[in-house]
Amino acid sequence: MLNARDILETITMIQDEHLDVRTITMGISLLDCCHSDVDVMCQKVYDKITKYAKDLVKTGEDIEKEFGIPIINKRISITPAAMILASCDNKDAVKLAKTLDAAAKTCGVNFLGGFSALVQKGFGPGDKELIEAIPEALASTDFVCSSVNIGSTKTGINMDAVGLMGKVVKRSAELTADRGCIGPAKLVVFCNAPEDNPFMAGAFHGAGEPDCVINVGVSGPGVVRAALAKAGDEIDLTAVADLIKKTAFKITRMGQLVATEASRRLNVPFGIVDLSLAPTPAVGDSVAYILEEMGLECCGCHGTTAALALLNDAVKKGGVMASSHVGGLSGAFIPVTEDAGMIHAAEIGALSLTKLEAMTAVCSVGLDMINIPGDTTPEVISAIIADEAAIGMVNSKTTAVRVIPAIGKKVGEELDFGGLLGRGPVMPLSTYSPAKFINRGGRIPAPMQSLKN
Amino acid sequence: MRAVITVIGKDMVGILAKVSNECAKHNINVLEVTQSILQDMFAMIMMVEISGSDVPFTQFAENIGKMGDEMGLSIHAMHEDIFNAMHTI
Repeated sequence: MLNARDILETITMIQDEHLDVRTITMGISLLDCCHSDVDVMCQKVYDKITKYAKDLVKTGEDIEKEFGIPIINKRISITPAAMILASCDNKDAVKLAKTLDAAAKTCGVNFLGGFSALVQKGFGPGDKELIEAIPEALASTDFVCSSVNIGSTKTGINMDAVGLMGKVVKRSAELTADRGCIGPAKLVVFCNAPEDNPFMAGAFHGAGEPDCVINVGVSGPGVVRAALAKAGDEIDLTAVADLIKKTAFKITRMGQLVATEASRRLNVPFGIVDLSLAPTPAVGDSVAYILEEMGLECCGCHGTTAALALLNDAVKKGGVMASSHVGGLSGAFIPVTEDAGMIHAAEIGALSLTKLEAMTAVCSVGLDMINIPGDTTPEVISAIIADEAAIGMVNSKTTAVRVIPAIGKKVGEELDFGGLLGRGPVMPLSTYSPAKFINRGGRIPAPMQSLKN
Repeated sequence: MRAVITVIGKDMVGILAKVSNECAKHNINVLEVTQSILQDMFAMIMMVEISGSDVPFTQFAENIGKMGDEMGLSIHAMHEDIFNAMHTI
C-alpha cells in the first residue's frame, strides 16, 4: 500500500528536483529500404519512418499527462545510414540526410540519430561517401544527428578514420560558423559504440536490432544530489554509494514503467532502459553538483575521478535491478556545456581537458560537448579522438568525442548553443603538434584482454 | 484503474470540498483521503477510482491542475502505477 511520504517524495522529485524521462527513442531498421536508385531509396526511407513513428510524439505526450512524468524528448534512431547508402549507384548522402530531416519534422520529433558509419576496422561501400558528406549534411539539416564508430576493443582503432574525422569535425564547425558552430554538436565519434543507445547525438539502430524497438533514457542528477544533500555530511562513502543506488533504483523504475507503457501503446517491442544521469543546463540538474555534494570544493579538483567512479558504478548497480533490460550508455554523463556545474568549473579554470579525459575512463561516455579554440588543427582534433578511443578500447568501455571548434573564438570566450545543448567557455588544448603521428594512418591493433595491469 | 490526487499549498476553507466536487462531477469515486497540516502548509492525498470517469484521465488531470493554479495550490492527478513502480518492489 502506498504511503503519504512516498507519494510526496515522488511529487517533490518531479516538481523541485527535475526528475524526468529524458527520451523515448524509437529505433527503426531501414535495411529493407535499400535500392540502387537513391531517389527511390529516399522515398522508401521517408515512408517507413513516417509510418512507424507517426504516433510516437502523441503517445509520449499522453503518457506524460497520465502519469504526471515529464518526458522531455521523443526521438528516432535508424540503421547506420552508410549501410543503406551502400546499395545506391549514386551515393548521394546529403539527399538522404535531407530526407531524414523531413521525416523527423513530419513526425514532430526533435532529433533523429543514425546518419552514421561503423568503420572500426575499415571502410565498406558507402562509408567514405557518408563520412565526407557529414559536414554538409549537418549544415543543411536541423534534426539529423551523426556518429561514426572508429574503434573497438575487439578490432583496435582505425587511424585512417580517426585522421578523416578530425577534418570532418573542423569542416562541420566551419560550415555552421554563422549558427554558433552547431554542426559538430550533432556529431559523435565513438569507440565501442552501443547499438541500442537512445541518447543523442550518438543514437543509432544497430544491425542486430529488431525491425522496430522502443528504448528509453532516464535522467535525474537533481534527484541524486537532493538525496545526498538531505543525508548530510556525516555519512561515509559506503552510505553515499548505497543512497545513490536506492535513488537510481527509483528513477529507473519510473523509466521502465514509461518504456513498458510506450511499447504497449505503440505495439512495438521494448528494447532497453538506459540508466543514465543526463544533466541539463538548468540549475540543480547537474552531475558536477552531485560530485560537489559528495565533498569536492569544485568539480575538476583532485578526487573528481574517484567520486565519479563511485557515482557511475552506484547508478548502474541501483538501476540494473529496476529494469528488465538495461543497455545503451548507462552511467553518468559529463557533457561540459550541458551541465551548469561543469560550465562553472570550466569557467573558473578548475576543470581542465586533461582532468575530463581522466574522468572519461570511469564515466559512461567521453569528452562530450567541449568547446575548443577555433584555430585548432584537424590533426589535433584527430589526436583528441585517438586518445579517447584508446581509453575506451583498452578498458572495454564506450568512449566518445564531441568537441566543438569555436570558429573565430579563442580560449576563455563563450559559445552559446541555447536549449539543452547549453553554453560554455572555449577550453585550452596542448599546443604541441601530434600531426606526424596522426598522418601515419593505419590501424592500432586490438589490445590484449589478459595479463591485465 | 486508480489514480492519486495530491494537493499541496496554503491551507484555506473548502479545498477538500472543491476537489471532491470536481471528482463527483466526472463520476470519479474517492476511495481514501489522508491529509495533514504542517505549519500552515496543507498536504492532501486522495486515492480515487477513475474507471467510471466520463472524461479521459489526461483531460481530468489537466483540469484539476488548472483548478489548483486558480486556487494558488499545487494539484496533481497521476496514475497510481507511477508510485507503485517507484516505491514497491
